[in-house]
Amino acid sequence: MKPQGRALRAAVLILLMGGFVLPILAGFGQTAGAAFGYLPVLGADSLSLEPWRALFALPGMATSLRLTLVTGIGSTLLALVLAAGFCAFAHGRMTASGMARLLTPFLAAPHAALAIGLAFLLAPSGWIARLVSPWATGWDRPPDLATVNDQWGMALILGLLIKEVPFLLLVMGSALGQLPLRQHLAAGRALGYARGVTWVKVILPQVYPLIRLPIFVTLAFALSVVDMAIILGPSNPPTLSVATTRWFSAPDIALILPASAAALLQIGLVLGAVGLWICAERILRRVGLWWLRRGGRGHPTEPGLWLASTATATLMAMGLAALCALLLWSFAWRWSYPDALPQSWSTKFWLSPGKGWGEALKTTLLLGLASTALSLTLAIAWLEGEDQAGTPRAGWATALIYLPLLTPQLGFLYGLNVVFLQIGISGGMGAVIWAQMLFVFPYVMIALSDPWRALDPRQIRAAASLGASPARRLFAVKLPMLLRPLLTAAAIGFAVSVAQYLPTLFMGAGRIATLTTEAVTLSSGSDRRITGTYATLQAALPFLAYGVAFLIPAILYRNRRGLLGTPT
Amino acid sequence: MRPLVIAALSLGLASPALADWQATLDAARGQTVYWNAWGGDARTNAFIEWVGEQTEARYGVKVEQVKLTDTADAVTRVIAEKAAGQTSGGSVDMIWINGPNFRSMKEQGLLHGPFATDLPNAKYLDLSPGSSASVDFTTPVEGYESAWRLARFVFTYDSARTPEPPLTMAAFVDWAAANPGRLTHPAVSNFMGSTFLKQALIELTPDPSVLQGPATDENFDAATAPVWAWYDALRPNLWRQGETFPENQSVQQQMLNDGEVDFGVSFDPASAAGAIAEGLLPETARVFVPEGGSIGNISFVAIPFNAANREGAEVVANFLLEPATQAHQQNIEVLGSFSVLDPAKLNAEEAAIFAALPSSPALPALEDLGPTLLEPDASWMTRLTEAWAERYTK
Repeated sequence: MKPQGRALRAAVLILLMGGFVLPILAGFGQTAGAAFGYLPVLGADSLSLEPWRALFALPGMATSLRLTLVTGIGSTLLALVLAAGFCAFAHGRMTASGMARLLTPFLAAPHAALAIGLAFLLAPSGWIARLVSPWATGWDRPPDLATVNDQWGMALILGLLIKEVPFLLLVMGSALGQLPLRQHLAAGRALGYARGVTWVKVILPQVYPLIRLPIFVTLAFALSVVDMAIILGPSNPPTLSVATTRWFSAPDIALILPASAAALLQIGLVLGAVGLWICAERILRRVGLWWLRRGGRGHPTEPGLWLASTATATLMAMGLAALCALLLWSFAWRWSYPDALPQSWSTKFWLSPGKGWGEALKTTLLLGLASTALSLTLAIAWLEGEDQAGTPRAGWATALIYLPLLTPQLGFLYGLNVVFLQIGISGGMGAVIWAQMLFVFPYVMIALSDPWRALDPRQIRAAASLGASPARRLFAVKLPMLLRPLLTAAAIGFAVSVAQYLPTLFMGAGRIATLTTEAVTLSSGSDRRITGTYATLQAALPFLAYGVAFLIPAILYRNRRGLLGTPT
Repeated sequence: MRPLVIAALSLGLASPALADWQATLDAARGQTVYWNAWGGDARTNAFIEWVGEQTEARYGVKVEQVKLTDTADAVTRVIAEKAAGQTSGGSVDMIWINGPNFRSMKEQGLLHGPFATDLPNAKYLDLSPGSSASVDFTTPVEGYESAWRLARFVFTYDSARTPEPPLTMAAFVDWAAANPGRLTHPAVSNFMGSTFLKQALIELTPDPSVLQGPATDENFDAATAPVWAWYDALRPNLWRQGETFPENQSVQQQMLNDGEVDFGVSFDPASAAGAIAEGLLPETARVFVPEGGSIGNISFVAIPFNAANREGAEVVANFLLEPATQAHQQNIEVLGSFSVLDPAKLNAEEAAIFAALPSSPALPALEDLGPTLLEPDASWMTRLTEAWAERYTK
């Protein structure tokens, strides 16, 4: 390892250990202590299993667990199948940039906003029902049907799918860029395999290892989501994460102990589900090999692809309709059942930014820009350190990056808040930026790693042979060539920052009001018109960021086609 | 001579307090009070903003509302601060609080006080023992929180759609049988949901006086048996057969507006009038209370033990008790929540401000609301919620 590379890597590593891993572990330690009966402030100072006993004695616990597993694993599995099907279908029918444009609104729209819109779309008194009532259905009053908050968690799964399928499509798209796809498809065709079969038998097994970690992130997220589960999931009992949040904030503060146990259980669930998933992978690999070797050429996968694509298209249409509904509500005054459109309109909510959305917008922008800029700098330092040292990334380093995404937020945020308070930085912008970076940095890193490695090494060698120092090579060659992926990574980071709810709430001591915290708070007051205003802004900001990420390179490099870098 | 002596004596006794108050005012100048209050109601948020403008102009005290989704979030934050050993400079200056949250904070020693009885405007309150401003859900206030608004449990409904609402809690059973799927209540983990049950408890229990003492293993089953019989009869005809419930009263109000159910619940008698003005309910929305009255309580503000801006918080708490502030708050165009002041303690000029307030057809007269029923001891709510969850959460 070369010396300068070592210094840079050491610096980045120390920063990550001190800034990311330690706080998470410390927060986790606090939570774990409370889960085993140690929380001196409540007079609980001896280790015991009492919180666990109390947790499992809480009514509806078994149902909560089952519900969490079904919605979490079910939505991830379905999302994977749908994304794979759609990917196979759309490949060759759609350009990469066309695909990116299609996915952007879904990646940009925060979960809470989408959920609020979707709840309105699907409810028995919702938009769909209003469009067909009473003339077609005869419902002059909304029917008593469980279309949202159903006890099986269907609406929640649907909501999760609308966010997860586009995310998986995005990572699949970038993984496909690393494979010699055309040759594989041609070879498959020449051997007489149907298009769908080639995808399932040849391409997917190669793509899967590349998207495995993002799938685990999706799984961990789906198992621990709070805001979406409150809005779309059942309430009696709710999913484990919602129940845990409720216990953390119950008037009976002794419930913090079982709540901490539940937060640990949440981590256990994620670990268990990932373990289960890995077992399933092993079995599938055996069965799959046998199936591959049988060499069947059959056609029956084609209808499957159609089905998956139609389902994906329907999901996207519903997502778009949900966002449109929010926009419409933000301009409505009265809009009651069964009118298909508002009876009266108002711009009151848009024209009074005052202390409302104006301040929140400013704070959101500031937090997003700061946490994104810092994360991007850190990511560049990490990647450059790897380049200079000339060593590939170790497995533990990847695990480090993914740690915050794989750990349920509830598992360490309460404890982390206590730690931040002890060092006296809670409640300020600094603490919130720090907490947001825990989640922004991993996404920036994931988005940037592949394009960074795909950079043609000959260019850098050429620069080096012309006498350019490592710093000059970085700033004059690498970064300009990577402008587009850098901006894309920044846009993703910004979108992640905008969507953060729990970290902003906990670390900001509730004083830092962003569009997301306000939108979720207001959705508890359930005035769809104000919520619509906030949610529209909340979805628009990341959308703008993606737009900027597309536009800047297009303008700067309008006469340098090679740098516009459409991935092959 | 004697009255003069007494006057002089009382002046002598009063002046240290007044001097203290001047010191509080001086210390408060320039402070920003972080008022932690549930943020789900746009009118309340606007009122708090108005309070901040007033106190800044008069006393140089700014108010920033920390909008909570649940009051317990602020309690949790104070606990976390105490866990971290932060005994001063805390992030929560003032909390909108009552009932179980107040009880647990007071019991855990998380509150600053007593301060409320020393506020100059406390003279407008009826603080005699047992009055609603001195007992919060049967927990003695003892100066650890200061009153600011009155809450009365009411049902909201659309008079065009439901011309004759049921008149008692018991009558809801027949009404729901005739209109299946049109009645619900907020989730019982939410305080409005538990209030719905408590209202039924007070009406149905054989001896309501038991409820003013703590719930015990001995008295709980006998006192609540009629409630469960009533609820078992009601539940099959609730919205979604009583398997899921709206998260809180605002969600339920939206369902009333959407026509998914026929009743909303609220702790604010002016809620229908207010919601009509905001465009959130149809013009024909009204409120009613069951015959025999409904549960009432007072919302308070409390100051955590480690509040960074304690003096500022006291100034704001005092400002909230000004007759002019209470009248502004009672104005239907502002907040519409009834004053906590004792009308007998207002002078003619102050009473006139209240008399001049505008009215609305959806606003009930005080006499339509019937008598105020006292909140049961807080232990009843805890046990009732737990028992409900055990029975109906599968």
